[in-house]
Amino acid sequence: MSGVRVLVGTRKGAFVLTSDGKRSRWEVSGPHFAGWEIYHMKGSPADPDRLYASQSSGWFGQVIQRSCDGGKTWETPGGGVTKGPDGMPAGESNKFVYDVSAGTGKPLTTHQWYDGTQHPWEFKRVWHLEPSLTDPDTVYAGVEDAGLFRSSDGGTTWQELAGLRGHGTGPKWQPGAGGMCLHTILVDPTNPKRIYIAISSAGAFRSDDGGKTWKAINRGLRSQYIPDPTAEVGHCVHRIALNRSRPQVLFMQKHWDVMRSDDGGDSWHEVSGNLPTDFGFPIEVHAHEPDTIFVVPIKSDSEHYPPEGKLRVYRSRTGGNEWEALTKGLPQRDCYVNVLRDATSVDSLDPCGVYFGTTGGQVYASADAGDTWAPIVRDLPAVFSVEVQSLR
Amino acid sequence: MIRVVLPPHLRTLARVSAEVTLDVPGPVTRASVLDALEARYPVLRGTIRDHVTEQRRPFLRFFACARDLTHEPPDAPLPDAVASGGEPFLVIGAIAGG
Repeated sequence: MSGVRVLVGTRKGAFVLTSDGKRSRWEVSGPHFAGWEIYHMKGSPADPDRLYASQSSGWFGQVIQRSCDGGKTWETPGGGVTKGPDGMPAGESNKFVYDVSAGTGKPLTTHQWYDGTQHPWEFKRVWHLEPSLTDPDTVYAGVEDAGLFRSSDGGTTWQELAGLRGHGTGPKWQPGAGGMCLHTILVDPTNPKRIYIAISSAGAFRSDDGGKTWKAINRGLRSQYIPDPTAEVGHCVHRIALNRSRPQVLFMQKHWDVMRSDDGGDSWHEVSGNLPTDFGFPIEVHAHEPDTIFVVPIKSDSEHYPPEGKLRVYRSRTGGNEWEALTKGLPQRDCYVNVLRDATSVDSLDPCGVYFGTTGGQVYASADAGDTWAPIVRDLPAVFSVEVQSLR
Repeated sequence: MIRVVLPPHLRTLARVSAEVTLDVPGPVTRASVLDALEARYPVLRGTIRDHVTEQRRPFLRFFACARDLTHEPPDAPLPDAVASGGEPFLVIGAIAGG
């Protein structure tokens, strides 16, 4: 019997929602890590019972949690044979230390600060965890201040892929209102050496050598909020998505504008078309139809809620430009929630399921590719992230 | 033995329910107490002070004997009552946010 597991990160804890393949009746487990901010949870494609969670707090900083049984129990990595005499994990799974210059021991680079000066990188939290497609013990972490780390021992220790910050444009990066965060990590399913990442607000970057070297891939983006609207970096990319069957085609929700690339990010063109507003945070691609994409339009960069108080997912079946509003089962009046960049996901069942969470604490699911929607839960803390695992 | 009281979230993380008691070799200072605490409960590394700089996290405070010791030098001796185990060393999560 197939089923799905929905991993929900919220402002005050994590929740695990499970259902069978019909996706009509749900069990809710949680809160896990109650009271902590869970920016992201994600399962390993190579071992669905292996989950990783980013747990953080303004008081106590960053903790990484790992589950080996699908979220029933959790541990801070470094446990097992390395446990101390009291049974406590001996690892330091929350230690994210930026590389420094080998020659001088000083910071590798600095970035732009709000007052125009240069500022050293300072670790704040993990925004996104991306497990390897093939190895449950390998996982990437996108962090604030923007950097990319990798663990190859199940999250016990982390090493920075410092070529990203060191590739030359780092001093031009700057934080947006939400901080300077690396929030998107995509590994090409046909070529694990090819990795895409995106940073607010620096833009999109690609590595073709497993993360050693990087190039900015922002040609075609146009952003009115930077001095040179077509600059190499400085764009506030909110999210990038791809379909596994056609990984060279990328879709992007930028601060404003929905964009598409047909050449692995080398160039982009706008596909906002008839959207009521092209501001938004998440973007998803249908699991089986690479030209079917989903966005959640938000009124503007300062009014973070749906236009007209109507919560609408927009679907394009043409790879962009032509969009239809999906409204059945979603509130169509007095709705002023937001849907954050990591808070949408799709399953790989047939028909494809689509899921999203809101800052009002609802998690909505559609078992028919967006035609109809129903809430799984309505009253969670503000939802930061939603990831779905399809279980066979 | 040195007595340490942790805020609730760190007790959960360390899987302890009440006071922690520690053997602290040498002079009893904030730094030596935190060193001993982190050695016994590695999961707390990075949650009270930064891994690299060892700077206190901004929203944490250190109290003992009805005094705020937060801004004392980390190597300053803690009060005799803490060193003798008569009074606990308190790690406090500041009132900040929701």
